[in-house]
Amino acid sequence: MAEKPEDLNLPNAVITRIIKEALPDGVNVSKEARRAISQAASVFVLYATSCANNFAMKAKRKTLNAGDVMSAMEEMEFERFLQPLREALEAYKKGQKGKKEASEQKRKDKEKKNSPGENDKSRDEEEDEHMDDEQEGENEGEEEDVEN
Amino acid sequence: MSAKNMEKVEQATNRKNISLPMSRVRLIMKSSPDVSCINQDALFLTTKATELFVQHLALSSYKNGSGKETNTLSYSDLANAAEESETFQFLTDILPKKILAREYLKSLEEMEKDADNL
Repeated sequence: MAEKPEDLNLPNAVITRIIKEALPDGVNVSKEARRAISQAASVFVLYATSCANNFAMKAKRKTLNAGDVMSAMEEMEFERFLQPLREALEAYKKGQKGKKEASEQKRKDKEKKNSPGENDKSRDEEEDEHMDDEQEGENEGEEEDVEN
Repeated sequence: MSAKNMEKVEQATNRKNISLPMSRVRLIMKSSPDVSCINQDALFLTTKATELFVQHLALSSYKNGSGKETNTLSYSDLANAAEESETFQFLTDILPKKILAREYLKSLEEMEKDADNL
C-alpha cells in the first residue's frame, strides 16, 4: 500500500484555522509561512513521539502512554503545555466515557429494533461503520467489548 | 436521518477540544521507528500538544518578527524564531534562513580564503 506524501502532513485548512485563532485579528499569514508551520507541526509530532518512546522503552513498555507524552513535553522544554494538556485530557476522558455509555445504549436499542424490515438493517449497517471508525482508536489501548 | 444527525450533534457537544484529526497524527507517529503501540490517551495528548505547538510557534514568530509593521506573518519570521529560540531549535533544518545568492557566494569565497591561509 503506497503512502501518499500528503498522508504525513496535517490538513491545511485546520492548521490555517489554528494559526488564525492564535494571532491577533486581521493579521495575514503568507502561504509559505502556513506551509512551513504545517511541516513544523509534523516534525513536532515525530520529535515528541520519539522522545515519548524513549521514556516508554526505559520503563520496558511497548505501549506509549499519556505519561510518556507528558514527560516528552517537559524534556522538549514545552512545560507551558503541561497544564492545558492535563485539563484537556480530563475533559477528553469524560467525553469518552459518555460516548461509550451512549453507544452501548444505542446497541441495546438497536437490538430491540432489529426485528422489522430490511431498510432498517441497511441504515443500521451504516451506523455501525460510523461507530467503528470512532472506536477504532479506542480499541488500541482498551479491551474490546464483546457483542452478544 | 435523525439518528445520524444526532450522532453529529453528540460529537460536537462531546467537546473533544481538538480540531486536528487523530487518525492523521497517529499515521505520523507510526512512521517513527521503534514505536509499536500507542495508547489512546497518548494519541489525544500528542494531537492536542501539536495544536498548542502551532499556536505557540505562530504567535512567538509573529511577536518577534518584523511582521508587526506589515501585519503579516512571513516565512522569515518563522526561520528567525527557529534560529533564535532554544525551544524551536529542532526546526532549524526544515526552516532554514534564506539568503541572497550573492551573499552565499561571498561567504563561499571567504571560506576558501580561510582554507588557503591554513
